[in-house]
Amino acid sequence: MADVKISGLHKRFGPFHAVQGIDLEIADGEFTVLVGPSGCGKSTLLRTIAGLEQASEGTIMIGGEVVNDVRPRDRDVAMVFQDYALYPHLTVERNIGFGLRARKMPADEIGRRVRRVAGMLGITPLLGRYPRQLSGGQRQRVAIGRAIVREPQIFLFDEPLSNLDAQLRDEMRGEIKRLHQDIATTMIYVTHDQIEAMTLADRIVLMRDGRIEQMGTPAELFERPASRFVAGFLGSPRMSFLPGSVVRRDGGIGILVDGSDMPLPLPAGRIPESVPAGARVLLGLRPEHVGRARDGALQSGFVRIDATIELVQPTGSRTFATFRLGEAPALAELQAHDVSRAGEVIALEINLNRASIFDEDTERAL
Amino acid sequence: MPARRRSRRWPAIGRFIFLGLFVAFVLAPLYWMFVTSIKPSDDYLANPPVWFPAEPTTVHYTAALFAYRGLQGLINSLIVSSAATVLSVLIGTAMAYSLARFNTGGRHLSFWVLSQRFLPPIAVVLPIFLIYRGVGLHDTRLGLVIAYTVFTLPVSVWMMLAYFRSMPRSMEDAALVDGCTQWQAFWQVAVPLAAPGIAAAAVFAFIACWTEFFFALVLTSRTAFTLPTVFRAFLGFQGAQYGEASALAIVSLAPSIALGVLAQRHLVRGLTLGAIRG
Repeated sequence: MADVKISGLHKRFGPFHAVQGIDLEIADGEFTVLVGPSGCGKSTLLRTIAGLEQASEGTIMIGGEVVNDVRPRDRDVAMVFQDYALYPHLTVERNIGFGLRARKMPADEIGRRVRRVAGMLGITPLLGRYPRQLSGGQRQRVAIGRAIVREPQIFLFDEPLSNLDAQLRDEMRGEIKRLHQDIATTMIYVTHDQIEAMTLADRIVLMRDGRIEQMGTPAELFERPASRFVAGFLGSPRMSFLPGSVVRRDGGIGILVDGSDMPLPLPAGRIPESVPAGARVLLGLRPEHVGRARDGALQSGFVRIDATIELVQPTGSRTFATFRLGEAPALAELQAHDVSRAGEVIALEINLNRASIFDEDTERAL
Repeated sequence: MPARRRSRRWPAIGRFIFLGLFVAFVLAPLYWMFVTSIKPSDDYLANPPVWFPAEPTTVHYTAALFAYRGLQGLINSLIVSSAATVLSVLIGTAMAYSLARFNTGGRHLSFWVLSQRFLPPIAVVLPIFLIYRGVGLHDTRLGLVIAYTVFTLPVSVWMMLAYFRSMPRSMEDAALVDGCTQWQAFWQVAVPLAAPGIAAAAVFAFIACWTEFFFALVLTSRTAFTLPTVFRAFLGFQGAQYGEASALAIVSLAPSIALGVLAQRHLVRGLTLGAIRG
């Protein structure tokens, strides 16, 4: 077990600047997820930690030791690859034991460890088979077994579930989470899937264009996104962004969404005093912040509007309905019986306590 | 899928006729060579042609192998071709791996290697001949092995380069993280996975050496001569020795066929199947 400390890390491939100055500390035993759209540098960062890429600048420390010039084999990390990377010419048993054999461990110890790990992952009956004789899920289990059998200081996962079908992916996601609970080793996990990031991470590092856009617990990123990019990346269906301007009236503050004639009053202190009236902003509303209006008094921070539903997307338990707030479309999360068809006019309740507000130009949160 | 569609478009009978004609086209010359090798001399050019001799003879074989020293040529050819093939594939695989994985020499070195093939052999054969005479490599098997290794290397490198480039890198990455040195990752993971490519490159190199005539003609004389150079003797002033030529041709075919059959099993093994998603 070990912590990881990365400072001032850059990685260039010729003219392409893949990782542009990363500072990151990962505590011992923490499950950190690097997430971001493709090409954001998350895989490169992971491969640099593994030692498969050489850092162009900056340092990487594992367990307090600078490892920039340490070979991958001596960094005591294990990695699970997106395409599993099993050795096709070796049986499952030899695949799992490969790393131990390369390290000249005695054969009986290798056998004992391989059998224990195979038992843990439920792949004991497959030990004599070759990778081509396994299903996708089985291959992924073997790849994970090959990583845990070495009992490394750090586990690295490079999009390990993206080649699996949806159901298997859910199942394996649970298994990886359970694995982390059981062995409590530092894990760094790369994915572009925000659901994997939200469900697995102790801490999410959201990357964009080679830089860290925001890092924090899943709840922090979800509830208090630092930028429009973060807000749009996490959550499904994604947040709606409504352009508008700040209005100040009678000591209160609100946002007048473009094309609407009624300002939405914001809870006091939601926007810093320094933001002047007329400032251009984006109001970010998640679908779950907009619901069917109920009878009774309005809670503070909520507003009611009448909206014409333009599109209805039922998912079974919930229905997502598109409506228009001013000029811009927004999404509401309703109960299945709240709305039956497009064109209906219904009363909606918007929870502005949880709304996000961004500067329209910089797209940073206010 | 395409095969299925084709089979619906082409009735089975048409396919059999086409394949039958093709097989005849390929096998007819071989058959003619074989019967010529066992025909008495008078039957070579008989009219009407003799489809199968009434009294087959092995006299041409003994003449070609012993009187014309075909056996010596066969042994030389086997040694020289095998050694050059092993060297060419060994060096070629290592070079290609370096080019494919470490981008050795930037973008141009790999093309430069192939460009060595553009050089017509005749441009270098004389200098090589003079150098060989000077250093005592003329008419030695070693000299021929060196020349053949050099001349088959560009193609070996390029075949292996294409193979390594098509091979997913992640297995070698996994080996490196698992505890291998770069060298172990090459030998224990990349080379076994590249076996079909290596087999193909070896077949190419071997056949190129086995059939090579020009260098053998210039660089050898009475000791290290190879099988193709023996055939010169059959085209004398007194006419062609069709029987002996055919007999030696049959003998020289055997290793190529054996190699083809052996390598074919490797080529179709499809080792990378199952390594990655699929």
